[in-house]
Amino acid sequence: MKRFFGLLFFLILLYFLGVGLGSGLKLGDKNDITNKAGNVFLKRTASAENPITAESKLEYGKNNGIEATSANTVTAIVVNYRAFDTLGEVSVLFLAATGVLALFSLGNKKEKRVVYEEANFILRVSAKFLLPLMITFGFYIFIHGHLTPGGGFQGGTVVAVSVLMLLFAYNNYVVPSKTFKVLEGLAGIGYVTIGLIGLYGSGHFLQNFMHLGNVGSLFSAGIVPVIYVLVGLKVSSEMSGIISDYMGE
Amino acid sequence: MNAQHILEMWIYLYGPLSILLVGLYGLLTQKDLLKIAVSLDVMDLGINLFIISLGYVKGGIAPIYTKDVTTYTTKFVDPLPQALVLTAIVISVAVTAFILALIVRNYEKYGTVDIIKIKGLEK
Repeated sequence: MKRFFGLLFFLILLYFLGVGLGSGLKLGDKNDITNKAGNVFLKRTASAENPITAESKLEYGKNNGIEATSANTVTAIVVNYRAFDTLGEVSVLFLAATGVLALFSLGNKKEKRVVYEEANFILRVSAKFLLPLMITFGFYIFIHGHLTPGGGFQGGTVVAVSVLMLLFAYNNYVVPSKTFKVLEGLAGIGYVTIGLIGLYGSGHFLQNFMHLGNVGSLFSAGIVPVIYVLVGLKVSSEMSGIISDYMGE
Repeated sequence: MNAQHILEMWIYLYGPLSILLVGLYGLLTQKDLLKIAVSLDVMDLGINLFIISLGYVKGGIAPIYTKDVTTYTTKFVDPLPQALVLTAIVISVAVTAFILALIVRNYEKYGTVDIIKIKGLEK
């Protein structure tokens, strides 16, 4: 009976939420990109000389002189327009990793790593083959973050998963935590340094100061690929740290 | 209100909202700490799906300039919700890792993950 009333309450809540939200929303067929804020990012009409009335369009394979020439628009938003927010996001991830480390090493002695029975033959052998492929794929994702889907966070997670695979495959594997901590710190310092160079050069924190290049080539979009490589290194080392903390390293 | 319109409303609006409410139901009724953590993740999923569906354009393509799509067309989906959800997913991963670590410490101290037993209400 209690569950029935609970279900009834949530169905009524769903109905009112849907009616209240649904009347004003334009979804699916009625959705139109031309009257959304994202339209401005897609067109990139804002040039440096004439920010309001500029009509130069972004074109693939050309240098258009527009401020954000990343071919992937989501990356252009995350690492160019919202670069400062991404710095905060990376800080939240760093804080969580530090919190996990503090909670697991609180008070008592250093614990031995959780050891299960030895992994079977297929996992042990295929881990050797898969490790270079996974790390290469992760690096590919975060180096090409401004051209293809993906970016620093996704590629970093792929690299961290390879560490998890090694922990499952070999019972005597030790995660190089010290190296990861140094790498994480250097990547964070690099991110802030790029921001400070922009502040020194043009008066705005994280302002672009590098060559913009042709849209769609690897060396384009100014500071975007540099920041995403740093974010990828930072995320991969942080996630590996969290994984090794959970395994009781 | 034809059938297709109703189906679209269910996919884009009522589906994500019901996933959110499933998470809320679990958050309010479960007594296991791990199930509460899972409920929080389910709520995250519902919100993320709802934000993504706001930016979807019918027959749209990914907002990436390639050799085939060399310049701006109105077929692009809205990139702004995708960028926001990318941030939200990373924050949710960080928060989930921290919550699970807290649960592990709690289990080491009290020997249980049941919130009623931790409070000592059950005598």
